[in-house]
Amino acid sequence: MFQLRRSPEVHDVVVIGSGAGGGTVTKVLTDAGINVTLLEAGPMLHPMTDFKEHVWPYQVDHRGAGPHSEMYFGKNIYGFSYFGAPAGNWTLDGEPYTVAEGSQFKWWRARIMGGRTNHYGRISLRFSDYDFKPYSFDGLGTDWPVSYDEMSPYYDKAEGFIGVTGTKEGLRTAPDGNFLPPIEPRVPEVLIQKACKSLNIPCIPSRMAMLTKPLNGRAACHYCGQCGRGCHTASAFTSSQAMIFPAMKTGKLKVITGAMARELITGDDGTVTAVSYVDKATRTDQQIRCRAVVVAASACESARLLLNSRSSKFPAGIANNSGMVGRNLTDTTGYDLSGHVPALDGLPRHNSDGIGGMHVYVPWWLLDDKKKDFPRGYHIEVGGGFDMPQIGSFHGQDGYGAALKSRLRYDYGAWVGFSGRGEMIPNANSYCEIDSGTVDQWGIPVLRFHFRWTDHEINQVRHMHNTFTSIIEAMGGKPEPKQFPAHGVDAVSIGGEIIHEAGTVRMHDDPKQGPLNRWCQAHEVKNLFVADAAPFLGNPDKNVTLTIVALAWRTAEYLAEEMRKGNV
Amino acid sequence: MSENISRRNLLRGLSISALASGAGLGTLAAAQQAHDAVAEGKKAAGGEYVPKAFNAHEYKTLRHLSDLIIPADEHSPGALAAGAADWIDFMASNSTELREIFTGGMGWLDHDMQRRYGADFVDAKPDEQTAMLDLIGIEKNAAPENEAGIHFFRWARNLVLDGYYTSPIGIKELGYMGNTAVAEFHVPKEALEYALKRSPFA
Repeated sequence: MFQLRRSPEVHDVVVIGSGAGGGTVTKVLTDAGINVTLLEAGPMLHPMTDFKEHVWPYQVDHRGAGPHSEMYFGKNIYGFSYFGAPAGNWTLDGEPYTVAEGSQFKWWRARIMGGRTNHYGRISLRFSDYDFKPYSFDGLGTDWPVSYDEMSPYYDKAEGFIGVTGTKEGLRTAPDGNFLPPIEPRVPEVLIQKACKSLNIPCIPSRMAMLTKPLNGRAACHYCGQCGRGCHTASAFTSSQAMIFPAMKTGKLKVITGAMARELITGDDGTVTAVSYVDKATRTDQQIRCRAVVVAASACESARLLLNSRSSKFPAGIANNSGMVGRNLTDTTGYDLSGHVPALDGLPRHNSDGIGGMHVYVPWWLLDDKKKDFPRGYHIEVGGGFDMPQIGSFHGQDGYGAALKSRLRYDYGAWVGFSGRGEMIPNANSYCEIDSGTVDQWGIPVLRFHFRWTDHEINQVRHMHNTFTSIIEAMGGKPEPKQFPAHGVDAVSIGGEIIHEAGTVRMHDDPKQGPLNRWCQAHEVKNLFVADAAPFLGNPDKNVTLTIVALAWRTAEYLAEEMRKGNV
Repeated sequence: MSENISRRNLLRGLSISALASGAGLGTLAAAQQAHDAVAEGKKAAGGEYVPKAFNAHEYKTLRHLSDLIIPADEHSPGALAAGAADWIDFMASNSTELREIFTGGMGWLDHDMQRRYGADFVDAKPDEQTAMLDLIGIEKNAAPENEAGIHFFRWARNLVLDGYYTSPIGIKELGYMGNTAVAEFHVPKEALEYALKRSPFA
């Protein structure tokens, strides 16, 4: 039985979600002396016991395949990997979502303190000037009410706090930042750089949120390459370790875990007076009263909460008189190609772990090319080196015996991989809405997704295929046999698969065009803010997290100032 | 050259500085405990492995198959010494689906060997065994009448490779040298020169 409990206490600010956005808001507000109550739908994170850093596969009896061989039979019980940091999964028991007929969409949901920052790739790229003004740039999409110049100081703060490697390059497509020293390229990456140079493609030191020097009390990286497993020394950025745990020591933060937000309660004056959430442990509904609320539950989960918060004043969901909540859903495009490079066969063995992920990358380089058949662009993530063998590392081989064994030894570390990550232009067929016929295990109506790629994205991904082939061939390598499919849409990742959802509660100076103003504050509800990728007006080829942190930082400073002035 | 430092020392040093700065990375004791659990790992119980999923004949067949897939050579021990068959038996003991793929596959193998040579796979002559593996283990020889065997062999090869290359013997055979803490990251000059010399950029 549900039992409703209301707390008499009025909390200063309730933050919903503890990922990049919620973590940043929590840090900035508690630093400003404001009391924060943080709701996280998952459990508390305990890095020392939850992170499987440095565990060898043979130290686990199933070696990562799952106790009942789940991974061999397509039952993805671990999300990415048994060894990966706890961060959620593509499916959650008791928490369905639906996908409209004719659409495909995959929704990753984190349920853990720190959210997706516990596992993310940590690629940290500033958006460019034109990314904030896409409509002015080429007539597609919608301009942000914020410019690069307004964002730049917040990128400085974000980079200065989380720590980002990089070098000054002076490229418009990859604005320089406040960087830690870069890391040396691995052997395959040196060959990739040379191949790119021969093709007039820039390939520069990567910009990653790993510490090549100690920073803000966090130790420098020890180069084990396992950032995706979670880092005991917090040398790879997570909001949990770098933002929330320190905030918990200030005495200004109250954390409530296992708290699934159900609804924002509106008062007679149209402001949020309380947050209603399900305490999962007791299956009871709880309400906490607050002066202000910051929704940072991830783009689609934030839209869902707003749409489910209906009242006589907001029949279509709180702050949604524009009808724009849930619209303009985007993800990043993805396409991968690998190849064998004979120059690397028999490479003398050494430890090539480094930081987890690429040491060099290719920023977009054809901004001014008028001949290409798609707008905007993509960046290229590269891979190569001696990886720790895992379950599945050698699946799909041919042959057997001594010949197989010596071939695997000879070409170990002689493979390179390329992943294109490109910009999607928002379109009218890609959005999420409430599926009023389906509820989760707590009775909260779920989301239904609609998603379509257009020729913009398909042509872009075809360009990726041709580029990756050229780079591999320039290295004297042979791309894996992979024909670009007749229906190009089959080549693009499934919507949501790159886990960069954005745009579902967007900003706009015109309240009819976007629920949020330029401060990510709801036009219609002055004490309601959104601080994840939902406020974005576009989804450039520059992974969302750094901009989530920078924008959330700006939002939190504004909120703190408005509270000080008594406006909120 | 990178300086190798033990993880224990690294964690000790880092945790103290982290605590001093209030970054909240857990206590030194917790770090030590986590490290010790990893370092000790799972010690082998010792003695002979007793199969849990397969009968004696199946277990003998699987061991022999694993040896044929990854044999010992002058470079390193093979799948047999690395315990790949034991690991597959362990996995099959917790998955009916996996067990049936292997019992079914080995049943097909014996039946087909009996038809061809009048002997179970493991009792047939070495050249008869090789003739069979050439039919089901090499893609270009794939014939429709052997489809069940080919399907099984893909599973057998995948799991033998998994069991072998995730074992200490297999990791050493490949020469993977990471999963350790180092103070700095550097690429050895000789490795870079080796690759450049063989590349189009020589």
